[in-house]
Amino acid sequence: MLELKSLTRRFGTLLAVDNLSFQVEPGTVLGFLGPNGAGKSTTMKMLTGFLAPTAGTATVFGHDIRNDGLAARKKMGYLPEGAPLYGELSVARFLRFVAEARGFRGDETRRRVGDAVERLDLSEVLGQSIETLSKGFKRRVGLAQAILHDPPVLVLDEPTDGLDPNQKHEVRRLIREMAPRKITVVSTHILEEVDALCSRAMIIARGRLLADDTPAGLLAQSRYHNAVTLVMDDLEQAASKLGELPESREVEVRRGRLTVFPASKGNLFEAVMRVVQHEDWQVDQMQLEPGRLDEVFRKVTGQEAA
Amino acid sequence: MMGGMGVVLRRELASYFVTPVAYVFIVIYLIMSAAFTFYLGGFYEREIADLEPFFSFHPWLYLFLVPAIGMRLWAEERKSGTVELLLTLPITPTQAVLGKFLAAWLFIGLALFLTFPIWITVNILGDPDNGVILAAYLGSWLMAGGFLAISSCLSALTRNQVVAFIISVVVCFLFLLSGLPMVLDVFRGWLSQPLVDAIANLSFLVHFSSISRGVIDLRDLVYFALVIGFWLMANRIVLELKKAD
Repeated sequence: MLELKSLTRRFGTLLAVDNLSFQVEPGTVLGFLGPNGAGKSTTMKMLTGFLAPTAGTATVFGHDIRNDGLAARKKMGYLPEGAPLYGELSVARFLRFVAEARGFRGDETRRRVGDAVERLDLSEVLGQSIETLSKGFKRRVGLAQAILHDPPVLVLDEPTDGLDPNQKHEVRRLIREMAPRKITVVSTHILEEVDALCSRAMIIARGRLLADDTPAGLLAQSRYHNAVTLVMDDLEQAASKLGELPESREVEVRRGRLTVFPASKGNLFEAVMRVVQHEDWQVDQMQLEPGRLDEVFRKVTGQEAA
Repeated sequence: MMGGMGVVLRRELASYFVTPVAYVFIVIYLIMSAAFTFYLGGFYEREIADLEPFFSFHPWLYLFLVPAIGMRLWAEERKSGTVELLLTLPITPTQAVLGKFLAAWLFIGLALFLTFPIWITVNILGDPDNGVILAAYLGSWLMAGGFLAISSCLSALTRNQVVAFIISVVVCFLFLLSGLPMVLDVFRGWLSQPLVDAIANLSFLVHFSSISRGVIDLRDLVYFALVIGFWLMANRIVLELKKAD
């Protein structure tokens, strides 16, 4: 289990991480969401022992990061932001270094490196120097060094940042594969990633925890949650008609799309369906909205700014 | 303790030899030390079978070449961000500092070792005192360690290797010069003799010259050990303060 206890970090007068406390159980993929400079990276740097907390602490399966840091670090695999690597080394030499630094020797080193290479499909570039690899391969090398010792806790700072959509998809697949039984903490500012990857999401801004929920729970906070969006010809007429429904609270017409927002009672989608059939409208598209994360994100982090 | 240090040491050495750094350094070092010995030192003209002209230029050679090796030790790690990778592995900062330092020191030792043809030459030409030569090699290597510890510490101050190089050269220069009359005369006017002696005692030149004459005095060995120890401890502190900037 990973537990943060009032973790705090100041840089001069700037409060980068403000009294962060929470627990994470194995099997969880925790997404850290937040604007740039929110304190996501600083939190991860403290967890992994790179930065000392100004106050508070965290424990990693019982090992306190402040006074038992070495043992805590052994339980963690870490991909720092931008996935820094020793570019001049070959993939094989680099992974051997990390394995040895993790305390493996001899055959065990070879076995661990071999496993990681296989899992991340690196065998074709094993002898190449890291600086000659594509960004996608470099990121895979970064992930390989993080999982080499099969740590119960994985801390990944913006693992998909700077990758193309195919590479992003690939990295997410790899993270999902590694996730069972582990605690995975992933930071991102890409909202879609939370839905694609995480079982729990936290919104952090200015070092403070503003929301802590499942991705579905966050979506439910959206005013678009369970709203119905229609694309059709006569939007104005439809808007006035749908606005009279007891199940609708509000109607909005925007960029050729009509969105009906649900009132607290009744099933809006079915009600809209009935009207559409009854009036015999020609509808091009009709969609039940799951909610919009970007809107929740702006709402939650914007409240903070106000 | 030793495990983590050895792992860092081996990785560092691997980096030297997969990049041109090692080869360029060794070649330049050998060419320069030969040039100094034969042209400036008058190796043949002296008609004395010893390596004094060879060793007497080492402080000046190291003044530029050792900071060139030392400048990358931490500045490069900070610039590329690998310092974060390194220090979040189960390795202590002390192991990392020592491992990197020892790798560079061994590497300089290798370059120094590769000057052995000049030792063979002097043995063919005459009958030198090989004990003195061995002592001078030891002294030279210790002095290089002093320069290196300074450079390593100062390279942790910045992400910029050029800045690290320049600052290191200046600080090393001060350590070298503090034994020369031109510096001591300045202090002699307004400091008491014991203080002037203390400044003179800080000088690499003073301690190196006695070892290079074949006198292995425990005080000189302790001096270099203290210099290295002090600067590596400072290195550890600077690293802690600056690593996340």
